[in-house]
Amino acid sequence: MEYCNSKKKLEKKGHLVDKMNLNDLEKKINSELTTKINSSHIKHNQLYFEIDKDDLIDVVIFIKTNKNTKFRQLIDITVVDYPEQTQRFKIVYLFLSHEHNQRLILSYFISENEIISSLTSIFPSANWMEREVFDMYGVNFKDHPDLRRILTDYGFEGHPLRKDFPLTGHQEVRYSEDKKKVINEPVKLEQNYRNFDYESPWEGTKYIKEQRDINDKKN
Amino acid sequence: MTKKIKNLNLNFGPQHPAAHGVLRLILELDGEVVEKADPHIGLLHRGTEKLIENKTYMQAVPYFDRLDYVAPMNQEHAFALAIEKILDIEVPIRAQFIRVMFCEIGRILSHILNVTTQALDVGALTPSLWGFEERETLMTFYERASGSRLHANYFRAGGVHQDLPRGLEGDILKFCENFPKIINDLENLLTDNRIFKQRNVDIGIVSKEDALDYSFSGVMLRGSGVPWDLRKSQPYDCYEQLDFKIPVGKNGDCYDRYLCRIEEMKESVSIIKQCLEKMEKGPVKSFDGKITPPSKKEIKQSMEALIHHFKLFTEGYRVPKDEIYKAVEAPKGEFGVYLISDGSSKPYKCKIRAPGFSHLQSMDYLIKGHMLADVPAVLGSLDIVFGEVDR
Repeated sequence: MEYCNSKKKLEKKGHLVDKMNLNDLEKKINSELTTKINSSHIKHNQLYFEIDKDDLIDVVIFIKTNKNTKFRQLIDITVVDYPEQTQRFKIVYLFLSHEHNQRLILSYFISENEIISSLTSIFPSANWMEREVFDMYGVNFKDHPDLRRILTDYGFEGHPLRKDFPLTGHQEVRYSEDKKKVINEPVKLEQNYRNFDYESPWEGTKYIKEQRDINDKKN
Repeated sequence: MTKKIKNLNLNFGPQHPAAHGVLRLILELDGEVVEKADPHIGLLHRGTEKLIENKTYMQAVPYFDRLDYVAPMNQEHAFALAIEKILDIEVPIRAQFIRVMFCEIGRILSHILNVTTQALDVGALTPSLWGFEERETLMTFYERASGSRLHANYFRAGGVHQDLPRGLEGDILKFCENFPKIINDLENLLTDNRIFKQRNVDIGIVSKEDALDYSFSGVMLRGSGVPWDLRKSQPYDCYEQLDFKIPVGKNGDCYDRYLCRIEEMKESVSIIKQCLEKMEKGPVKSFDGKITPPSKKEIKQSMEALIHHFKLFTEGYRVPKDEIYKAVEAPKGEFGVYLISDGSSKPYKCKIRAPGFSHLQSMDYLIKGHMLADVPAVLGSLDIVFGEVDR
């Protein structure tokens, strides 16, 4: 058992080399991957990159292996659903570099039925993260070794974290005394789920004039 | 004549006491050697992320208690920090110390549970009896500050719900004086215990490289010799002002992880003491009336306070459009919240990054080639709590 109690000691061990300037890091990655990065910005001490779906593997291999970046850890994969857009899913990858003590967030948009590449060959930990994305949003992965549902029940239908999936779900489970087993039934609620609109009238309401303007714009 | 022997498939759990909750582990056995492990999770899935999307920011806090339910406040911390960063509000220094102190209490709570139940899994009953008594004391501290032993709902964006009651600081200090003796007692029982060592040393070894590739964090990473702790490397709240050490293991086996946890408990005690020393009287919530609810007294006297109170508990506060990932060093590893706000009073998306999820994922890699009896030992040292794995 040993201790690391000071930042200096951590630095000596090759970790926590002083926080590389984020701007430099952004420039470096941008210059190496010029064509593959669509846009980038820095916010909250984190790097945000937007890329194309097809460049994913190349970009990830680069940021994992390049000695200036060394994003050795995949923290998480997730999806944000914007049902009103044609490219409705925003796929988000979070990376962490221990050596440079930086975080990077990679993202791109896809439409509903597109299939994206799996990161399992680069990061084994992507396995379950991608299974979760598949389970919750119904996004399919190419070359994933074992794409099954993970969090929802055996035999579950639908993708719960999509915005158009109702909060109360479709099926409910109960033990049936007659059949002596657990059965699935459509959800029966005494009262519908109520979502109150608390916005104050002078902030929330669209006045007739505004409404007309919006309609005019549409036409 | 050669006989063809078929591998045995064994269903471990979900009702097995050593499964630490509701884990269903499908093991493929060749004799007593595990060939393959396939964990089935999700038996405790409650749709936390979906629920949070439908609640205001303040209503979402209690869901975080129910993730890793042995260290509730550490998770509230991540959520509070994420909102604070987006809203760009200051947290009063006393609130920061209170939060850090309770996070460290949470760390001790979690580590006691893990160390002692791991000992239970490999055959030692006494540590858990001794350890749980201390957990009970710690949970009364939770109760006195927040009103409940487990599901605290105590942290808020901008501080904590209320100030500590009179006398609590003194009692926590008294606990800090006594607790190192209990750790020593536990160590006397376990650290040099022949059976405990035989069951843990060189079991479930993780190399540095693999620990990184499998997205390990917390003790799982430090046990393998990677000196990485978010409290040191990306300090949040008042951790920068505190003096503490990060224990790092060498071999990356179950035994080193146990040692790390024991040492971390000792460090936590020292952090709590420092917090108590440095804590001064003062406000415990942000002054911004648009975020912090007014006191009962104010409501009775001021019309503005009454309106604020009404708006905060119906609509809630609004958070400007933004995207952020904020992580804290929870007892089990890096617990993160990836929050997307859209300017309304409810989160548009709130992804919870639970450390246990990636740890449990590596079960197949860790257990391959080990004996069946090593499964509980490895599972115990992963420190799995199903509240956070299944979400």
